[in-house]
Amino acid sequence: MSGADEEAIIEVEGLRTQFGDVVIHDNLDLRVRRNEILGVVGGSGTGKSVLMRAIIGLKPPSAGTVRIFGEDFYALSVRHQLAIEQRWGVMFQGGALFSAMTVAQNVMAPMREHLKLPDALAADMAAMKISMVGLPADAGAKFPSELSGGMSKRAGLARALALDPEIVFLDEPTAGLDPIGAENFDRLIVSLKRSLGLTVFMVTHDLDTLHATCDRVAVLAEKRVIAIGPLDEVRRSDHPWIKAYFAGPRGRAALSARDDGAGAPAEKV
Amino acid sequence: MQPAAYTIDLSEGILRLKATGDWQARHLGAIDRDLRDLEDDAIGRELIIDISGVGRLDTAGAMVFERLLRACSRRTEASKIVGGSKEHQALIAHVAPHVLPCDVEPARRNAALLMVNRLGQGIVEGYHTAIEILNFIGLTLAAFWRVVREPQRLRLTSIFWHMEEAGINAMPIIGLMSFMIGAVVAFMGAKILRLFNAEVFTVELVGISVLREFGVLLAAILVAGRSGSAFTAAIGAMKIREEIDAMRALGLDPVETLVLPRTIALILMMPVLTFMASILGVIGGGLVAATAMEISPAFFVGRLQETIALSNFWVGLIKAPFFAFVIAVIGCYQGMEVAGSSESLGQRTTLSVVQSLFVVIILDAFFAMFFLEIDF
Repeated sequence: MSGADEEAIIEVEGLRTQFGDVVIHDNLDLRVRRNEILGVVGGSGTGKSVLMRAIIGLKPPSAGTVRIFGEDFYALSVRHQLAIEQRWGVMFQGGALFSAMTVAQNVMAPMREHLKLPDALAADMAAMKISMVGLPADAGAKFPSELSGGMSKRAGLARALALDPEIVFLDEPTAGLDPIGAENFDRLIVSLKRSLGLTVFMVTHDLDTLHATCDRVAVLAEKRVIAIGPLDEVRRSDHPWIKAYFAGPRGRAALSARDDGAGAPAEKV
Repeated sequence: MQPAAYTIDLSEGILRLKATGDWQARHLGAIDRDLRDLEDDAIGRELIIDISGVGRLDTAGAMVFERLLRACSRRTEASKIVGGSKEHQALIAHVAPHVLPCDVEPARRNAALLMVNRLGQGIVEGYHTAIEILNFIGLTLAAFWRVVREPQRLRLTSIFWHMEEAGINAMPIIGLMSFMIGAVVAFMGAKILRLFNAEVFTVELVGISVLREFGVLLAAILVAGRSGSAFTAAIGAMKIREEIDAMRALGLDPVETLVLPRTIALILMMPVLTFMASILGVIGGGLVAATAMEISPAFFVGRLQETIALSNFWVGLIKAPFFAFVIAVIGCYQGMEVAGSSESLGQRTTLSVVQSLFVVIILDAFFAMFFLEIDF
């Protein structure tokens, strides 16, 4: 990676989050670089999704700072927070589509709210985003209840991309998809990142996704980030959880699949 | 940041559009209409879009360029976009295949036809619902018969829990409502009866209306709203989480474990609630009679005993278990009918209250005719 890419777009410092007396994160530091795909992994209950919620303003931390685009998010006025919120897109685990609206209307909702576009232009843009995430054109007029799990996730991604965000947050993008659907989704994320210059913050359990998409991997354990770096580096860590995670049968299977598929490491971007 | 702008120049039959500023979604709203007009006007012309002056470009801007180009290139092949930086060209190339039309809403159908269609559907569904509820009543009675033959199958803990939840816990609200209705009836009655100098008949008015109808109806309405809906929500949530399927797979009969205890609990508690509601309603009426009119409590009670036949009290009480049965069965039936989403749960809960009130009032009308015929 070149020097210009080293710029941190998200900086989390000394983060502490808790629910009542239960501390989820303590003194957690994390830097996300511009134009990278960062995968966040960790066992169940280590607070991967909570970390994402802390960064996007849904779970105010009890200590520490979250800096996004160089600004301390929780210290900003509501108006400034709103301006920042328009520069990121979030895809929730189940898609979190508004059930009373069609897919196209879901994608148009943030445009209508923030950009004050004429309906015809918003509809054109929604159609483009829907096609971009790989949904057929007739999906636009469908209601979320008529979509399969994979389609809901794609529609959720289309809505996350509605405002041409700089950062996209993905919560378990491939959970609940069949292997073929998951692989297609991985490809989609990589291609969108390249063509739109996105920074992707991805919470995932899926080792294959990790191998296929992520530039760097952050491992959450013991209430903080215990390792961060390119996958091959992180894998060599001595931490018992990391060893168990990557050296277990599933970890090895995913890894060998990648090595078979990609051939040489030169394939890496 | 500079808003998106453009200049048009027509020379030698070639239309040249020079774009400047930031072609981003937030700026495009202002010029979109003009651009669409341009697309219509550019018929038969060659269009060259010069984007060398464009600052920032996002997918929306790229899409608009592509749309313009496409509107013209359908007519002449030579139309093109020129002068873009490498990044801009790459973005336009990425967006181009995705500039497709797409419907925003499902196609609207003829409204009159839809109305007739819905009416027909409603009637057919109503018929099916009636049959299914009868079927469900049969299942409940069959489960009841099994339990009668093998009393150890009776889930006593569950029954007592529901008796407390649906019965004891409902007492304050039902008591208060009934007390106030009794007072209101006495008040309104007194006002009109005073015109005929017959204020003393307020006693009969309150006695008959509260004992015969209001006590039991109020109890039924509040229980349907409070417990019928709770039955639907609880069973519906279990249905969504596949708990009902798990029960069936484990050989547990959901009707016996879930429906029967709720039904029995409600049948046992409804007469108690009705009794309480009737008494408090009469007390409410008596209180108004004592304070707003000159009818002393002793006189009120005396006249009540003289003029109101005990049958009025029994009529109210006899109806209670029937209403309880209807409310419990419909509440549980709607819970069992929940499918899939939480949206369906909400719909079924509403339906449960509406249907049980509907049936309760119809039953009440039948009871009224029945007791009239037998002169009770």
